[in-house]
Amino acid sequence: MTTPDAGAASRPSPALRTEALEQLLTERGLVDPAVMDGFIANYETNVGPLNGAKVVAKAWTDPEYRARLLAEGTSAITELGFAGPQGEHIVVVENTPTRHNVTVCTLCSCYPWPVLGLPPSWYKDPAYRARVVREPRAVLAEMGLELGDDVEIVVRDSSSEVRWLVLPERPAGTEDMTEEELVPLITRDALVGVAKVRVPE
Amino acid sequence: MDRIADMGGREGLGAVAPPRPDEPVFGEAWEGRAFALTLLTMGRVSGRNLDAFRHALERLDESAYLDDGYYGRWLNAAELMLLDSAILAPGAVDARARILAGEDAEEPAVPEPDKPDYAATAPGSLRTVEVAPAFAVGDTVRAKEMSPAGHTKLPAYVRGHTGVVELIQPAHLFPDTHAHFLGENPQHVYSVRFDSRELWGPDAETFSLTIELFESYLEPAP
Repeated sequence: MTTPDAGAASRPSPALRTEALEQLLTERGLVDPAVMDGFIANYETNVGPLNGAKVVAKAWTDPEYRARLLAEGTSAITELGFAGPQGEHIVVVENTPTRHNVTVCTLCSCYPWPVLGLPPSWYKDPAYRARVVREPRAVLAEMGLELGDDVEIVVRDSSSEVRWLVLPERPAGTEDMTEEELVPLITRDALVGVAKVRVPE
Repeated sequence: MDRIADMGGREGLGAVAPPRPDEPVFGEAWEGRAFALTLLTMGRVSGRNLDAFRHALERLDESAYLDDGYYGRWLNAAELMLLDSAILAPGAVDARARILAGEDAEEPAVPEPDKPDYAATAPGSLRTVEVAPAFAVGDTVRAKEMSPAGHTKLPAYVRGHTGVVELIQPAHLFPDTHAHFLGENPQHVYSVRFDSRELWGPDAETFSLTIELFESYLEPAP
């Protein structure tokens, strides 16, 4: 079998190899750099965790939407216009004061792109992938989230095309805020389950 | 196939990387190019098969998998799929990269492409299965103790362990055959819940874990 990885350490840098591959395929008309630019711009500007924040803010302020979101995540998310690759079937799970869900993909780095964008470094990091399925309480504490012993932790390992999205708890003190005011409080990390939504002091 | 990509439970990897709220989508410009090249080549040039791409990731050695991070491994797996389908000749990328760096290098001839004659029956991975699911919510099931030779979505850390079916998910094409261009063979998929002490022993932290498992990975447990 031919593999490109023999002696990988002595290969040219990934930046040079990327440029080389793009050039080789462009010369043969197999890829179009302008299409690549479009993909990059789309994930840098349109498809990101702001989408997931909008979903959560709506669920916090609209009980009927919340019920639909928890029952049929994919279609409720599509209602807001969010769909696409890595979003074929999204299941939304609710965090409560006594039950905390946290998501991972141990086999690769599967992640619900339409609502969260591309995964952040820590999610793709071997240490997170390896350890959160074995010692989630310790991993969450390292990431700054201390959970009480009375909180049941449920780890969700995304090993198929099912993608998980966490519906975090709405923090106290936000009762009078509108959907639009809530959106900026809702972070990507809370939607994966490694943080809670906090109200800025 | 038991290689570096199957990370669940692996020890010796140190502390987790702390989240950075202002992290850019692509830390370096080449990472964005590698991302787009991978989507384009895997989707349109080398095989149109997401599971084959994941299998290409699994076939990388540890250095090719780890050294250049997430988009480095994507780049290497995209290249491997292009070599498999003879879109590229072995050594072509390195030769061009050396020329770009101002070195002398001889570029191999463009080979005769040998792309898999294979197309999925529909977009995406969800499919309909006519037969009823073999297991119901609440059933006790065991993940089979097996180590398939090629691609699999059965991680080592659940093999041989007993859990309970929590949800029946939509049926999926079967990655273990699809990744090898050997057919979709769709199956029912279950979210199976395991107790941490069943997976890791009596001294484990107390928690539960769910994972999506294909029907053929499972057997009834008493």
